[in-house]
Amino acid sequence: MLAAFIGFEVIRRVSPLLHTPLMSLTNALDAIAVVGAIVLVGEHKSTLSFVFGFLAVVAATSNVVGGFLITDRMLKMFKSSRPTKP
Amino acid sequence: MNTDLAGNQQIIEITYLIASVLFILSLKWMSSPATAQRGVRAGEIGMVLAIAGTLLHHGIVDYKWIAIALVLGSGIGIPLGMVHMTAVPQRTALSHAFGAFCVTLVGTAEFYLRTPNVPRFMMAVLSMEVILGSLTFTGSLMAAGKLQEILPQRPLTYKGQNFVNLSLLAASVAIAVYLVINPGAHQLFPVMIAVPLLFGVLMIVPIGGADMPTVISLLNSYAGLSAAAMGFVVDSKLLIIAGALDGSSGLILSIIMSKAMNRSFTNVLFGAFGQVQPSAVAGLEEKTVRSATPEEAAGILAAANKVVIVPGYGMAVAQAQHKVRELYDALTKRGVEVRFAIHPVAGRMPGHMNVLLAEADIPYDRLIEMDDINGDFPQTDVALVIGANDVTNPAARTDTGSPIFGMPILDVDKARTVMVIKRSMSPGFAGIDNPLYYLDKTLMLFGDAKAFVNSIVHELSGNTH
Repeated sequence: MLAAFIGFEVIRRVSPLLHTPLMSLTNALDAIAVVGAIVLVGEHKSTLSFVFGFLAVVAATSNVVGGFLITDRMLKMFKSSRPTKP
Repeated sequence: MNTDLAGNQQIIEITYLIASVLFILSLKWMSSPATAQRGVRAGEIGMVLAIAGTLLHHGIVDYKWIAIALVLGSGIGIPLGMVHMTAVPQRTALSHAFGAFCVTLVGTAEFYLRTPNVPRFMMAVLSMEVILGSLTFTGSLMAAGKLQEILPQRPLTYKGQNFVNLSLLAASVAIAVYLVINPGAHQLFPVMIAVPLLFGVLMIVPIGGADMPTVISLLNSYAGLSAAAMGFVVDSKLLIIAGALDGSSGLILSIIMSKAMNRSFTNVLFGAFGQVQPSAVAGLEEKTVRSATPEEAAGILAAANKVVIVPGYGMAVAQAQHKVRELYDALTKRGVEVRFAIHPVAGRMPGHMNVLLAEADIPYDRLIEMDDINGDFPQTDVALVIGANDVTNPAARTDTGSPIFGMPILDVDKARTVMVIKRSMSPGFAGIDNPLYYLDKTLMLFGDAKAFVNSIVHELSGNTH
């Protein structure tokens, strides 16, 4: 609940300029669900939990990697005119 | 041995705590373009720490398959991170689907590991996790399909649609409640997943492209909430925090988007989008428009002092952002002040236009939000609209009968001259006629956005040499 509140406070201040990178970043962070999936695979308690966990790790990892990568690429594109054109 | 285990546990807790702090800082730094890259670094470090910490988990016996899954996931993730900027909306929808897929799978696995002894609170959050997860999964796949134009973009509506959708949602909630009371009834569990899967599909069917920014934000929020619910199931504070951050960010964005389209938030929550009927087309009379050639357009632009460019989805479709940049350069060189007016819902996801124009190297301090630029239109010599329609429609201000009445718009009609690049006179996505096009001061520039901007640029540079 506290996190949701902090989230609200922090995100309300994000400029609309950065809404798309914000979404891809939160998406990558959300993929922290991978930790739960890793435990499922690692513990190998049943075939079902192993297979589902495996697929979940694949899905989440692709979000982590893809999410950070694209956020970074997007942010590199945002340039201010001030430093380049004095 | 035991102390060793406890020590490991402590290390895991500490890495999770640091990761949580980094995640929050990461979002905080996203608030300004100057610090945003630092934000991404913080997120990355947090993520690596959390994964490394998890690998210390004492129950883990099988590292081989974890490694394979991580490599495989990275193999899928890298191409997804390298897509073209115009494909960002569908990529985002797809990653919502992946996230939701992951959460649903984990939830299902956890249920079958624990059944029939699932405590009530656990069962309640578990149900929330898989219901939100599975509807987000199919919903996001549908949204991605529509954005990629694999599926028809036109909204599909039928009678009783909302009733069907709401009953499906109610059914899954009812099953969830039953399972909370009788956690042993595990044969119902697959039904609780199947029903929201179907709901996810049906929820997106009636949604048109113009509503996509709201829908993507909403799916983002659902994905976050389901991850937060999973955090309660696997007892991970880190996951609860990350999920809540994602959930609230999606929620805020969808509130901003629905405000920008003058839809009530409950309207959005229940998925009742795409209700706008193309009724206005019926009143189509023979009205005259004035059109102009690239040479004339170039002449007017060159003579102007202040130009505001209004980009929309049409610019994205035509991939015209780089040509627009050339136009910006050509005009700036002549001493014309050029700015861009960005409507919050222009494009197919929040902030879509900003990313495209940034990709084309247009400085972000030239991109002006709707509220900040609307007051400047009366002093603007030329408003050049490129592939935007509904967000410039003055009927939203004046015509109470218009389906978009009340929607905040960019007041381009107040500029001294308006030029609209458009492929044809066909009405926009919502099927609403735009009175802007029939004003005396409006010049229609018919053609493909990219080709047309190119010929204007050609004219402008031809005149200088």
